[in-house]
Amino acid sequence: MAFAAPKESYSGKVYEVSIGTDKTAVFGGENVLPFHSFEGSTPNRPLIAYEIQDVPPDDWVENVKKVYADVSKDPVTWAKYCQDTLKARAIALRLVGTHPDRENRSAEDAAKTVREVLDAISVPLIILGSNNAEKDASVLVAASGAAKGKNCIIGKAQEANYKTIAAAAMANNHKMAAMSELDINLSKQLNILITQMGFEKERLVTDPMCSALGYGLEYTYSVMERIRLAALTQNDATMQPPLLGDVGMYVWKLKETQASEADLPMWGALEQRGIAWETITAGALLVAGAELLIMRHPEAVRAVEKFIEELI
Amino acid sequence: MALTGVEIFKLLPKTNCKKCGHPTCLAFAMKLAQRQATLDSCPDVSEEAKKVLGEASAPPVRPITLGSGDKAAKMGEETVLFRHEKKFVNPCVLAVEVKDTMTDAELAGFADAVVSSEMDRVGQKLRIDAIFISNSSGDAAKFESAVKTVASKAPGVAVILSTTNPAAAEAALKHVSDRKPLLFGADDSNLEAMAGVAKDAKASLGISAKDPEALSVLTEKAKTLGVEDIVMDSGARTAKQIIENNTLIRRAAVKKNFKALGFPVITFAQREDPMLEALVASLGITKYSSIVVLSNIERWKNLALFTLRQNIYTDPQVPMQVEQKIYKIGEPTPESPLIITTNFSLTYFIVSGEVENSKVPVRLAVMDCEGLSVLTAWAAGKFTASKIAQFINDSGVEKEISHKELIIPGYVAILSGSIEEKLPGWKVTVGPREANAMPAYLKSRSN
Repeated sequence: MAFAAPKESYSGKVYEVSIGTDKTAVFGGENVLPFHSFEGSTPNRPLIAYEIQDVPPDDWVENVKKVYADVSKDPVTWAKYCQDTLKARAIALRLVGTHPDRENRSAEDAAKTVREVLDAISVPLIILGSNNAEKDASVLVAASGAAKGKNCIIGKAQEANYKTIAAAAMANNHKMAAMSELDINLSKQLNILITQMGFEKERLVTDPMCSALGYGLEYTYSVMERIRLAALTQNDATMQPPLLGDVGMYVWKLKETQASEADLPMWGALEQRGIAWETITAGALLVAGAELLIMRHPEAVRAVEKFIEELI
Repeated sequence: MALTGVEIFKLLPKTNCKKCGHPTCLAFAMKLAQRQATLDSCPDVSEEAKKVLGEASAPPVRPITLGSGDKAAKMGEETVLFRHEKKFVNPCVLAVEVKDTMTDAELAGFADAVVSSEMDRVGQKLRIDAIFISNSSGDAAKFESAVKTVASKAPGVAVILSTTNPAAAEAALKHVSDRKPLLFGADDSNLEAMAGVAKDAKASLGISAKDPEALSVLTEKAKTLGVEDIVMDSGARTAKQIIENNTLIRRAAVKKNFKALGFPVITFAQREDPMLEALVASLGITKYSSIVVLSNIERWKNLALFTLRQNIYTDPQVPMQVEQKIYKIGEPTPESPLIITTNFSLTYFIVSGEVENSKVPVRLAVMDCEGLSVLTAWAAGKFTASKIAQFINDSGVEKEISHKELIIPGYVAILSGSIEEKLPGWKVTVGPREANAMPAYLKSRSN
């Protein structure tokens, strides 16, 4: 029996999402499984955004903190460094300082930070809350208004607060990231609820929740694969927004990225181990279906960009 | 294509003799269809049925063992493309390349690194499984000497011998004949001679071709030469080619039952950049390689790749569980808080991670709820006041602590009264609902 390459064609397609106004970035748009360019079209490469935050990263581990030691005192310098020196194609500003258990910064302060960062950069901005559903509702509404017309991604909308955030994102012409917890049905349901408000599904990004290598990565991996299969083989429009992997913050709090080699000689060099943890988590999610990644360490971003180069 | 239970039943003797251990031939047929029984349990099956069923019941990717003894690694036997459909069966073998142009000291260094690579993670022993020895010099005597050195410095470790020279292969294989080695290097120029050498040495044969189609022609030819244990190199070297060829090969084997490509795949991940090498290796692990060859095995890279391999090859239908016990986080004193949660591994990982972040030493009581998360376990009646009380009493934790306070997850606040009833003398405190509130909660308590 002669070999006939078992290529497949799919009925669905991932929405193409474009963000930013000056230098825009486009991701998604493929009509095949990740990097299956041999059987369809993959018009855009995945996008990696550098994560910065509104307050100095005192809580970050030393090996990432030191990379940004000279620039991270204020978010504007930090953002410019990512754009100009690290050549970031996008920046993700996490307003973690607004969390009630942290600095508890006000929504107005957050909006001011957003305006300042936007004035300083020309690459697209992703604006993230502190993951406190209640506080995010007010913070992201203010941030959304401050960024009006800048075509940002606002997030993350969750079941508890999506109405307010979606309304603000809609009113100010932004895209929006919607997050639910590691379950394809919850992702689908949240996307449906959001689109029922009149929010266009073409403007959504789905975050099925990231989990790190060794800490449930296989759950995120399989949920992403299932969402992609539903989008492509069943042409399920609610599953066709691009997928987000918010990698950095889940990776850089683990023991594997912090424990010293002296304590755990079998684990090898800490510096490379931490970078590898972020790199491999990101790489696995790309292969599972993520089109947008948020990452912290420049060396990890560099390696993943090289990997993408080899894959496309 | 796999046969259904009824199709199999038609080929069985239909005597219901029970010799196979099943009440009826139909019951046996159903078990065969689910691959939960094997045909050799039936003493009366006809030769014709054996042939038909043998072919149909053979797994779409042929099982092949690399190495022998307790370090032998099984490969192949995969049945699906996506891990949520069914568990991926045999975890990818990780091998490191050494070259016969290296000095004996360098070879010994790699051999040592392989031997000492074994580590334990979540109860599994993980290691670099094999050494890939390249005949880079092109010289048969150098190759033989390198194989000898590696064999003596890495006792018991599986080896892959890579040469396109049948005479060099034959001489070198003698030194590893007891290890079920893989002879890698057959192609369309030397297949006959290499097949002969592999057969005589009882080694598996690694066949290379420029693409899957050319490969399928060679594997068919190898089978007619009497070689059944084959490992395939589709010629893919870049990440783009690896995902394409590995996907097409796995689909052909699993969905089309295309036997000529129903063998384990070997992938070469060697790169100058160690992070990129780790990424290409991770692509092999997630996307269908049975062997991934590395150029270097730094411990940080091993840990990351072992962990990924473990994650990808876990059974998606069985919730991952951690052992029921009182876990100590940090160095808890008798005064440290005692927190209870369930044994779903994600719950455990997230709660223990957040507790660690708080830097407050804690005793974390992880209760066996069959791998369910807190709310699910509560709803299923597995995380109830009486079961919690019994677990706390049986654990003996009372002797380790100076207080009798138990912190329960906020989602099951409703249980606090009834636990206090079942645990006389204890105070039950309601903790946060979500783990991410744990650091703030613990810090505020310790102030």
